Amino acid sequence: MIDILVQQIFNAMTIGSVYSLVALGLTLVYGILHIPNFAHGALYMVGGYMTLIVMLETGVHYLLAIVASIFVVGILAILMERLVFHPLRNAPPTHDKIAAIGMMLFLEALVQLVWGAEYRPMPTPFGQVVEFFGLTVTMQRILIIGTAIVVMILLNLFLKKTMVGATIIAMSQDREGAFLVGINANKVAMLTFFISGGLAAIAASIASPINLVFPGMGHLVILKAFVIIIIGGMGSIPGAIIGGYILGFSESLSATFISNDYKDLIAFLLLVVILTARPKGLFAKGVH
Amino acid sequence: MLVQTKGLTKSFGGLTAVNQVDAEIETNKITAIIGPNGAGKSTFFNLISGLHPPTEGTIHFKGTDITKLRTYEIARLGVGRTFQTTHLFEQSTVLDNVIIGHRLRTKSGLFDSIFKTGRLKREEAACREKAHEVLEFVGLSEMSHRLVSDISQEAKKRTAFALALATDPEIVFLDEPAAGINPEETDGLAELMKKMVDKGITVCLIEHKMKMVMSIADKIIVLNHGKKIADGTPDEIKNNELVIQAYLGGDTNAPVN
Amino acid sequence: MEKVLTNRNLSMLLLAIAILFPLFTDNQYVLHIFSLTFIWTIAVHGLNLIGGFTGQLSLAHAGFFGIGAYSVGLLTVKMGLNFWLALVLGLIITTAIGFVIGLVALRTKEHFFAIYTLCVGYIIYLLLYKWEELTEGVRGLIGIPVPAPIGPITFDTPRNQYYLLLFFLVLVIFLMHRIMNSIIGRTYIAIRNSEELAETIGIATMKQKMVSFVLSTFFAGLSGGLYAAFVRFIGPDISYISVTFDMLMYLIVGGMGTLSGPLIGTLLIVWLSQYLQFLQNYRMLIFGPLLTLLIIFYPRGIAGGYQMWRAKRYMRKTQQLMQPVNPVSMKEEK
Ligand SMILES: Nc1ncnc2c1ncn2[C@@H]1O[C@H](COP(=O)(O)OP(=O)(O)OP(=O)(O)O)[C@@H](O)[C@H]1O
Ligand SMILES: [Mg+2]
Repeated sequence: MIDILVQQIFNAMTIGSVYSLVALGLTLVYGILHIPNFAHGALYMVGGYMTLIVMLETGVHYLLAIVASIFVVGILAILMERLVFHPLRNAPPTHDKIAAIGMMLFLEALVQLVWGAEYRPMPTPFGQVVEFFGLTVTMQRILIIGTAIVVMILLNLFLKKTMVGATIIAMSQDREGAFLVGINANKVAMLTFFISGGLAAIAASIASPINLVFPGMGHLVILKAFVIIIIGGMGSIPGAIIGGYILGFSESLSATFISNDYKDLIAFLLLVVILTARPKGLFAKGVH
Repeated sequence: MLVQTKGLTKSFGGLTAVNQVDAEIETNKITAIIGPNGAGKSTFFNLISGLHPPTEGTIHFKGTDITKLRTYEIARLGVGRTFQTTHLFEQSTVLDNVIIGHRLRTKSGLFDSIFKTGRLKREEAACREKAHEVLEFVGLSEMSHRLVSDISQEAKKRTAFALALATDPEIVFLDEPAAGINPEETDGLAELMKKMVDKGITVCLIEHKMKMVMSIADKIIVLNHGKKIADGTPDEIKNNELVIQAYLGGDTNAPVN
Repeated sequence: MEKVLTNRNLSMLLLAIAILFPLFTDNQYVLHIFSLTFIWTIAVHGLNLIGGFTGQLSLAHAGFFGIGAYSVGLLTVKMGLNFWLALVLGLIITTAIGFVIGLVALRTKEHFFAIYTLCVGYIIYLLLYKWEELTEGVRGLIGIPVPAPIGPITFDTPRNQYYLLLFFLVLVIFLMHRIMNSIIGRTYIAIRNSEELAETIGIATMKQKMVSFVLSTFFAGLSGGLYAAFVRFIGPDISYISVTFDMLMYLIVGGMGTLSGPLIGTLLIVWLSQYLQFLQNYRMLIFGPLLTLLIIFYPRGIAGGYQMWRAKRYMRKTQQLMQPVNPVSMKEEK
């Protein structure tokens, strides 16, 4: 019993790490531009494919492929910001979502055209099984948790300790104020989108060896990431991290103790419950 | 007394935008609310019209407690308002924007519209008639078929007035009606406000243009940092030490104009 | 006045063509595609009512479509009910669920509403997919009967089905016309324009949004119920989010917040898809960017663009009448 529980906690940490990374990107963009990027799941998906394809085509190491993937997806995200979200910044609120949906559909079709619709496994050099605090786990899972933690620490250092990072924080707290003190809003927005895309690429690349790579792989992830940032407060960075792990735990525990079939429902039931009780999210600030 | 607030307070997180304000608005007078930017004037309006629930305090309208009522219920009691930015539907005509203002006095629902009932026809005619009446009143009859996006800033302000008037209010709250328009037009709007009072509608306005405020207001309420620091006739306010300090004192902007 | 007449005449002409059309063709394929178009247009009208006119982008509509379809499918196949009874019950079920979801969903605003409804749509899909004891899961429901005859009229030929679906489409369009050309419709548009302003002019926005939302789920459910009896096979896929996105595309292309947009957009895209069939799953390579580009550069869609053009022309005319000599404004217009 205890064994199962510990195993599940480890599992939860793995899933939660991936969710947190995806949610972080989503929440950063929301904080800066007040856009819920519906195409974020597509960035995640492209991230998975890039790592896979770079590895297969060039034969480079998994970790190098991830780096390549970060850049490709980051730049893709910048393009999205420049070409789509920026022109729509003054449009009615429904428009950016519809535009994002259009891009998502396009990216999925493109990936399917180029690389096919099959579910593909991603090879990893970290497949070996190890004993870890009495648990039998694959290195990959340890890598996932470790990577997530390192990335979060780095992100935190970047936001807290660098000028640019401070600007991002400033802008997410007070957009108009930031304009007044002469922050180059365009640059900050582009940088934020790059980071957001990069985070999605990392998340997809580390998660894919234990899941699979396919054109629709971003759907559930993005929906859950939305649930997470609503739980954690739209735009809140610690909220995204904590929310990610909360969801990881709820899913993993309900898969064990309730039913594996319905574990995907947990996130949405959580959302329904939360938004029913608090229509503006769990940690809504005074703004409207 | 038409409107009375007691200890009215609104906090947004750590910031207290409106702080323990006791205010009284008298029937059939023009009351002006002034104060530096960020003083809490718009928030005060939002509290009275029910857009924000107050953190503390009460609001009475004609003696009844409206503190907990919903925005639309307050509007139906006879409280109209305009916004600092007009919020009009730009792609539609002036008339179409105003017609909906009388909707609150109608009862037709979905089924009336589907079956085109007598009630619906009557009420639509009433809405239309009301719209023409208030557009005439604010002097926009000529422009009623123009798109809002095509008309001047001043005409937009007048359209917003008309929309508020179409609700058959007893009092209207006007948030910076004269912002962004030139001096002659400002005089025109001042005239219009007097005309409203003559018609029996109480007016309460927020305004930064002191000349206009001093000339038309019967009573002025001064807010600063969310607190009411003075109220009285224009003459009393002009000579009030606290008010002079609030406007000339270091940390806040002097009034525009 | 003259304008209204031409508009009405145009509608009548189109209706006459639609009615006469099957008499001149035996092409079952064409009739089939038109019938499908009619079904989807009904659903898109639902999406348009809540999203286009009331300004609340609901992404759960494929879910309600699925509920309507599965209600009819299950009630006829598993319980052996008559189609018409099943359709009525299905509509009651759909709108009842719509009502409950609306009560919660509409308390949320903008992003939250979109995300919430997206998730609701996904929950419905998951339930239809996983609740195998009820829905047969991925196997889907087969052998859904065609609509039972009404008196002497049967619905077992493509032509008669075409007429049946046309009837429902015309009914829905008629309802939408009545609603949107009344103060009820104006109320929805006022809410879309600004909820705050609408509240302050005394509109009970929550109640109005509820009515609009529930009616929109009614249309989605009707469309789903008809689909079940027309296609006669349904699987959980019909409620997947991508179906909502398809509806959204029809709407954007045709014109959000216009009365003719749903029909124009659906007709155009459904037929275009037929010609682009060689693209199959890749049609989104074209339609995805199309959606994005339209919303950036031409958010009014076809019908909205036409309306704007006519409004401008009308404006020019009236201005000319009012101020006979105004060369400056004439030049500006050019
Ligand atoms: N919805 C809100 N959430 C958080 N803070 C708010 C909100 N509305 C207003 N505030 C804050 O409350 C304070 C008072 O704002 P308010 O708009 O009432 O000022 P005002 O007197 O109308 O100023 P102005 O003359 O510039 O219109 C400001 O500091 C503002 O930032
Ligand atoms: Mg203000």
